[in-house]
Parts: sequence; structure tokens; C-alpha cells
Amino acid sequence: MLILTCPYCGVTSEETEFHGGGEAHLKREGPGSDDQAFEGYLFHRENPYGVHFERWRHVYGCGKWFHAARDTQTLEVFGTYSAQVTTPPEDLLAVIRDKRPGWQWRDLA
Amino acid sequence: MSDPVTALSNAVAEGPVRVAETGPHGMITLRGDLSSDAVAAAVQSATGVAVPEVRRLSSAGDRSILWMSPDEAMILVPRAEVAQIVTALTQALGTAHALVADMSDARARFRLTGEDAHLREVMVRLAPVDMDRFETGEIRRTRLAQIPVALWMPEPGAIELICFRSVAKYAFDVLTVAASSARVFAE
Repeated sequence: MLILTCPYCGVTSEETEFHGGGEAHLKREGPGSDDQAFEGYLFHRENPYGVHFERWRHVYGCGKWFHAARDTQTLEVFGTYSAQVTTPPEDLLAVIRDKRPGWQWRDLA
Repeated sequence: MSDPVTALSNAVAEGPVRVAETGPHGMITLRGDLSSDAVAAAVQSATGVAVPEVRRLSSAGDRSILWMSPDEAMILVPRAEVAQIVTALTQALGTAHALVADMSDARARFRLTGEDAHLREVMVRLAPVDMDRFETGEIRRTRLAQIPVALWMPEPGAIELICFRSVAKYAFDVLTVAASSARVFAE
């Protein structure tokens, strides 16, 4: 079971108070994009055995969306951060590099 | 105008922990950036109560304000004062990006009373909250069995809880079942 901390209200709770929202940091490909980019936006997802970035919503609490970085193998949560960013914060990446040397997720490492 | 009626006609379940529906209460929802000075000043002038800190409630007399999210507050007032406060607050907010709505009939409110340790154990049976560290004056929106609720402790030995009116019967029933049995965990 995951223990997540909502960065907006500061509540730390187990995952049933939250709701998963799938992979984080997807870039929308809309009108004007080519078919391959649109297909990737709709269907292609990471499926890592290790470090992963996800969207979560504090659905039973303050209702806010946020991002979480966790390990799909050990269920360790490295941290949670604001939804208003397009990449994970550098200090969180430093924590992950320290704990999981050699990790890779998309073009992050 | 017809008199307001609570969802369960103020049902009561006696037991080691007493569960009672209370009301009718006045509940006003305020949406707006609670950290902004304009909103804080308007709330203070219209209600006489300060905007609460994150996950806290603030009170003055028979009025309270609950922190619900970074951009939502629940203002609890006597039912008879609702219309006047909604008008005053809307005027005080002026052009600030905010919304005030009378939501008094949208929710049901319960009061649980009993021995403090027993009361906390009843909540632990139903909600994923670390009740050992739950403080007086703190508010927590969470999951009560299968429904969303907000709960706070006005004083030791009492818990106030609000949920949507449509699930008031469910909330009352699960609280009654959880409150009917003896304490399991010793100090």
C-alpha cells in the first residue's frame, strides 16, 4: 500500500484516500500534429519496473491533482510535487539518483 | 417559507459513543484563493472570523470557518444569519475572484460524543486517519468507509462530522455500528 503526502494540504494518508491518474508529464498532441505523435499521445505509455512518475488526485480530501514519483517494484514513494510543472523538480531527481543509480524514465536519468 | 428539515430528522444512536445528527445549520461555501489578502479581509469584515490556517478551523462565538482546500472554505453560522452573511460577504469580496453560495441544505452534520480515547477508536475503524495525532482545532477531509466526509474535534471528547446529505443515512449507519462496540485497544 502506498503512503502519499498531498503537497497542497499536507495530509499524509494511504492510497485509498487518493485516486491514481495515470502517467505524469504527457504532452498533448492536438490539431496540427502528425499521426505518429497523436498515436503516441493517446496510446504509448511507460511501463517501468522501477522509478515511475504518476498523477494522483486527493479525491477524498482537498480534491487537488498532484504528481508523485515512486518505485513500482518496491512501492517506495520518493516524493510528491505540484501539478503545475512539466518536469519533476531537480531536488527530487537528485534524491532518486542517489537512491536508484542508473535509473531512466523517458529522457530523464 | 417552510422550515428547513435535516436529512434524518436529528436521529440519535445511544451507545458507548453517542451519535447524533444535528441541525439545521447554516453552511456557506466560499471558493477563492484563501491565501490572498483581499479574500482574508472580506471574510474578516463580513463574518468577524479570521480565515483559518491550512487544515485548521477558526471560530468566534457561534461562527466557525473550516479550511477545506487551498481555494475553498466552509463557513458555519446559525441558520437565521445565512442570507445576511452571504450578502455581506459577496459585497465585501467585490471584484475579487471568488464565489459565495448558501450550501446549508447540501450537507448533513453529525456530532459524536464519548470518552476521548473511545471516540478516536471509533473513527479509526472507519477512516484512514492517524487519530492518535489528531488535534483539537484540526480539520480533516477524508474517507468514512466509502464516502467523503470532513471531521474536526471542537473539544476533547467530541467530534463534528459533515457529509453530503444524500449519504447521510449511510454515514449514520456506519457510525452507529462502529460506535456500538467496546474499545479493543488499551492505552
